[in-house]
Amino acid sequence: MAGPSIAWYLGVSAFLFATGALGVLIRRNPLIVLLSLEIMLNGANLALIAFSRHARNGAGQIFALAVMAVAASEVCVGLGLVVAIHRRRLALDVDRLSELRG
Amino acid sequence: MSLLAAYTAGGAVVWIVWVVAGFACLASGVAVVSFSNPFYSALALIGNLGSLAVLYLLLSAEFVAAAQVLVYAGAVMVMFLFVIAYVGPRTETPWAGGPAWQTVAAVLAAASIFLEIIVVIALKAGGRLARTDHVNGTFGTPGWIGRLFLTDHLLAFEITSIVLLVAAVGGVILGSHTRRSQEEASLS
Repeated sequence: MAGPSIAWYLGVSAFLFATGALGVLIRRNPLIVLLSLEIMLNGANLALIAFSRHARNGAGQIFALAVMAVAASEVCVGLGLVVAIHRRRLALDVDRLSELRG
Repeated sequence: MSLLAAYTAGGAVVWIVWVVAGFACLASGVAVVSFSNPFYSALALIGNLGSLAVLYLLLSAEFVAAAQVLVYAGAVMVMFLFVIAYVGPRTETPWAGGPAWQTVAAVLAAASIFLEIIVVIALKAGGRLARTDHVNGTFGTPGWIGRLFLTDHLLAFEITSIVLLVAAVGGVILGSHTRRSQEEASLS
């Protein structure tokens, strides 16, 4: 294959995953936590597709499409939660939403 | 000879496209995490998803790239922007607010994940990962993906539909606004 080898794609995917993990850990706005989660899922997707190309096997692309569907469902439920929190006039801050703490 | 030159030139073009798309991907990923306004974060994520679609095209995953643009950069991000506009603009300082040790620990954890993966890739990069064979023309086309979905991966296909159905029901239940919940909200 002309162009970069799979290792370069895996490096990009690792950086994306680490960036998303940093966003999930450090941000307190649930919307940005969801956006960072999308970055993590996409980093994993890039690794799946790179390995699918490397192994010349379609299972990686199928898995990437399934991850995409799961991400869409997660956004659906997550945004529903954000809207429900907003309707109850609670603070949109994951550190202050601690009512379920035992 | 001219064939070799064309091959080398094609490789150079692939490298240039890869460097541009990869850099855009990394920069917009950092931008999503570091913008204080969620609206700008969502716009940066659209750029991130678009450049990822270019990387998928370079990996000859055409159908996944198209689905990425349609599903992610189209549908999901429009829903995100709609909810951000509904909730209203609120900014926060990204790196402040929590305890300082929390920020330091988060940066350390993310950096250690990144370094671990990079070390593993670097250990293996010279061996089997460096060798990538050509694929035939049907690799990654919609017809090929569809045949895989309906033959080898039928169970995954069906379970995906159930997951989407459950998520749709959950979204409706979370978003339904009955009079009872309104009374509860006003009482509390």
